[in-house]
Formats: sequence, C-alpha cells, structure tokens
Amino acid sequence: MIFRKPENWSMYYKETIRQMYDIGIGSLMIIFVVNIFIGAVTAVQFTYQLSGTFIPKYYIGYIVRDMAIIELAVTFTSIILAGKVGSNMASEIGGMRQKEHIDAMEIMGVNTSSYLVMPKITAALIVIPILVSLAALVSIVGGYIATIYSGSFSHEEFIQGLRSFFKPQNVKMMYVKAFVFSYILTSIACYQGYFVKGGSIELGHASTRAVVFGIIVILMADYFLAVILTG
Amino acid sequence: MIRVEGIYKSFKDAEILKGIDFLFEEGKTNLIIGKSGAGKTVLLKILVGLIKPTKGHVWYDDDDLCSMNKHELITLRMQVGMLFQGNALFDSMTIEENIRFPLDMFTKKTLKEKRTRVNFCLERVNLEGINNKYPSEISGGMQKRVGIARSIVLKPKYLFADEPNSGLDPKTAIRIDELLSSITKDNNITTIINTHDMNSVMEIGDNICFLNEGKLEWKGNKSEVLESPNETLQEFIFASPFLQRLKENALKNLESEK
Ligand SMILES: Nc1ncnc2c1ncn2[C@@H]1O[C@H](COP(=O)(O)OP(=O)(O)OP(=O)(O)O)[C@@H](O)[C@H]1O
Ligand SMILES: [Mg+2]
Repeated sequence: MIFRKPENWSMYYKETIRQMYDIGIGSLMIIFVVNIFIGAVTAVQFTYQLSGTFIPKYYIGYIVRDMAIIELAVTFTSIILAGKVGSNMASEIGGMRQKEHIDAMEIMGVNTSSYLVMPKITAALIVIPILVSLAALVSIVGGYIATIYSGSFSHEEFIQGLRSFFKPQNVKMMYVKAFVFSYILTSIACYQGYFVKGGSIELGHASTRAVVFGIIVILMADYFLAVILTG
Repeated sequence: MIRVEGIYKSFKDAEILKGIDFLFEEGKTNLIIGKSGAGKTVLLKILVGLIKPTKGHVWYDDDDLCSMNKHELITLRMQVGMLFQGNALFDSMTIEENIRFPLDMFTKKTLKEKRTRVNFCLERVNLEGINNKYPSEISGGMQKRVGIARSIVLKPKYLFADEPNSGLDPKTAIRIDELLSSITKDNNITTIINTHDMNSVMEIGDNICFLNEGKLEWKGNKSEVLESPNETLQEFIFASPFLQRLKENALKNLESEK
C-alpha cells in the first residue's frame, strides 16, 4: 500500500541519500564499540565454558565467528538500531504530523505515506545489511583480541578456528535476517510516527512504542527465521 | 467555484457543523467568519479534504471531492494552495527550500527557473533577500507571508487561508488581506479565507459565510454587513462599545447621504 507511484524521483533519491547518511554514519561508532565487546565476551565466556573439556582450543575461533555471523552481530545491531534509528524516525515523522507538515504536503498533492516512508525503508534496506557485515567483522576482531590477550591462545589457533567448518549458508542467513529486521524496525517506527495524535507526551509515547515493538518483533522474527532457515 | 451541500460533521458526540450549504465564488475573496471554536478550521479542512464530513458534499466545479479516488485527489491538489493557521513551514528547510518544495516535487524546471519563480513569489509578498534564513529566524508576520508565497508558487486555482492575519498588528494584517485580495483578482482564482477579524470582513469580504453554532447564520458581502438586521452578526462584527459607536456614526452618515 505504501509503494505507489511517486512524484519526482529526484526528491525521493535525495531523501534516500539523506536517510542513508543518517542511519549509516550516525550509527557507526556505537555499532563498532558494542560489537568489539560482544566478540570479546563471546570468546572469554566460551574459553571458560570449554576449559577442562576435550574440545580442542581452536574451536574458539570457530565459535566466535559463527556466533557473530548467525546471531549476535545481526540481532544486536538491529536492536541497537531499533532504539537509535527507530525512535529517531518515529519522532521525526510524528513531529511533522503534529506541526501539520504532513497535512501541508498532502495539500500540495504529495503522496505523504510514500514520500515520508519509502526513502526511509529503502535507506535502511541498503545501509543496515552493510552495518551488519561490519558488525560481524568487528565482533570477530573483538574475539581475536580477547583470546590473544588472555595469553592462553596463539594467533595460529584462533585463525585455524576461523577457517574451520565455514558454511556460506550462514552468511546468507545473516543477510536474510538483516533485511527482515531492517524492514521491521523502519516500518514500525514510521507507522508509529505517521499516525501519532495529540501533543508532545503522545509523541514521546509513540517513539517509545517504536522502540519497544521494534525490539519485540525483531526477536520474534529472529526465532521464526532461525526455525525456518536452520530447519 | 466550490460549492458545499448539506455538510455535517461530528467529533464523537459533539456536532460541530450542522448542515452547511454555501457557494464559494471564483475571482472573489470568500470569507468564512465566526467566533473562535465555531468550526471554521473544520469547514476549511473539509473543503480541502483533510477531514471527511459525516454527511454532505463538496463540489469543485462539477466534481465531488468526497467520491474522488487518491489519484484524482492528488490531481486536484496540484491546483490547491493552502496557508495553515500555524503556517506549517518546514522548519528544517530554509525559506527558499520551503517555497521551492512544491516545484521540486512536481516540476521538471531547472534550478535557475525555480529560483526565479521563488524570488517572484517572495517579491509578491514583499519579502526579498531572506532566501537562506530558516523559519525560526523570521517573525510571525513574515512566516505568514512565506506561507502565502509557498501556497501560490504552483499558481493554484483555489487558495485557502486559515486566519492569515491573526496575531499580527493591524497594519500588517491589512497588508496581508490586500495581498490575498489582489492575488485573487489578478489570477481570477477562488480564494477562501477564515477570519474573525472585523477589518478583513469590511475590507475584503466579497462573499461572506458567517458560521454560528454549527449553522450558516448569515451570508452576504461587506457592503451588506452594516445594514443587516441580523443581531448575531452585528454583535459579532461590532463587538466592542467603540466599534458600536463607529457603526452608529456610519449609519447616520448613510442616512444623511440618502
Ligand atoms: N480533531 C478534532 N477532534 C475533536 N474535536 C475537534 C477536532 N477538531 C476540532 N474540534 C472541535 O471543533 C470545534 C471547532 O473547531 P475549529 O478549530 O474549527 O474552530 P475555529 O472556528 O477554527 O476556531 P478558531 O477561530 O479559534 O481557530 C471546536 O469546538 C473543537 O473542539
Ligand atoms: Mg481555526
């Protein structure tokens, strides 16, 4: 229903670029920091859990890699973005609704549900999978740093683990999740903003709902995708 | 020409409009007047299709607004300009970007052509050289005029203005009235203005729709106001003792002229 024929493509293009910049550049730092630590914690935690078992040491590299690719990088990144980008989009659109900007655009003949939503979804679908790839990479680096600094592993062991049991299917799974989660978090945020009523308190609630619903739906989708894609 | 027919509108259990019939004429400044809360904004929003009436029809020439599909509505709206009660200028865009927005959205003109049009509209409202300011950096009266400039940039056939001169000093208010009136006459468009300002009524009221308690209480033009026997209208227009004295004097002058 949202994807109708737009007015002037160049306006959509410009808006998409602006959104891509906002989502991408604006989120780089937090995603970098969070994922370094996620990788590090995964490594430390599994080293502890596996110590004293007969599982070879180099498995840590493998575990860190697949945890990052299959689950942690994409889910954590999406949840962080549901908070950061979701609340941002909901309050941007909601503010425009309350200040009658949306009505003003409607009167000009702009198809607002399309002009305000489509560039955001497009931008998210392009940028978030890139951020997720980056997140996975950073997470693996985090795991590497943590294992090497703990002193109980050698560089070679970790790399050997990284190279073991690699399934391209898992990377595909990461991207499927990234696309689905991006769509979920932006569409929920835009919906909450677009249909906001009342004043600044309601706007606050709408942006909170965007985040809360976004996270819940992402985690539910995560479960179903896991069942479907691994089944 | 816009015609409304039997317009009713209720919000929950409050009935705001109770059957309005009126003809808004082309080439004239049509005024919707009435007390604060009379339903002027609601009627105006019904006219442009932002609010759906509970019952009734809005005719643009021979087309019924209420039965238009989305595409027809968008086509119609390319011919509509509107100034909102709260201006609704896009606050993260400069003045020029605000006025250029409809051009950017709907035309294939070059940037230079668009600039020329923007500057023409800004000149029309007596605001030159503020292209790169933001709405928050200019005064309320200037914002109103920028709003007018934006609403005429696509040369509308129908122009709507919700209280274009509220909150302004009388001189500026009159200038805005004159501006709207001359835009209407120059381009022979249908202009509909909400107001509760008696100056506007007496200066530019070509065709007046007086709303009271959800009904059309009185209709006429500015020269009929003074001698109308309608008491509600008289109380509304000549609200203060000072204005009443002015009115009595004016009536006396009329008598002696006759
Ligand atoms: N969305 C809405 N929901 C419920 N009631 C509304 C809504 N919009 C307007 N009303 C009611 O309709 C009535 C008329 O409102 P409206 O804004 O049309 O008044 P107005 O004539 O424009 O007044 P003013 O001169 O102060 O702008 C008011 O009593 C208001 O409470
Ligand atoms: Mg009003």
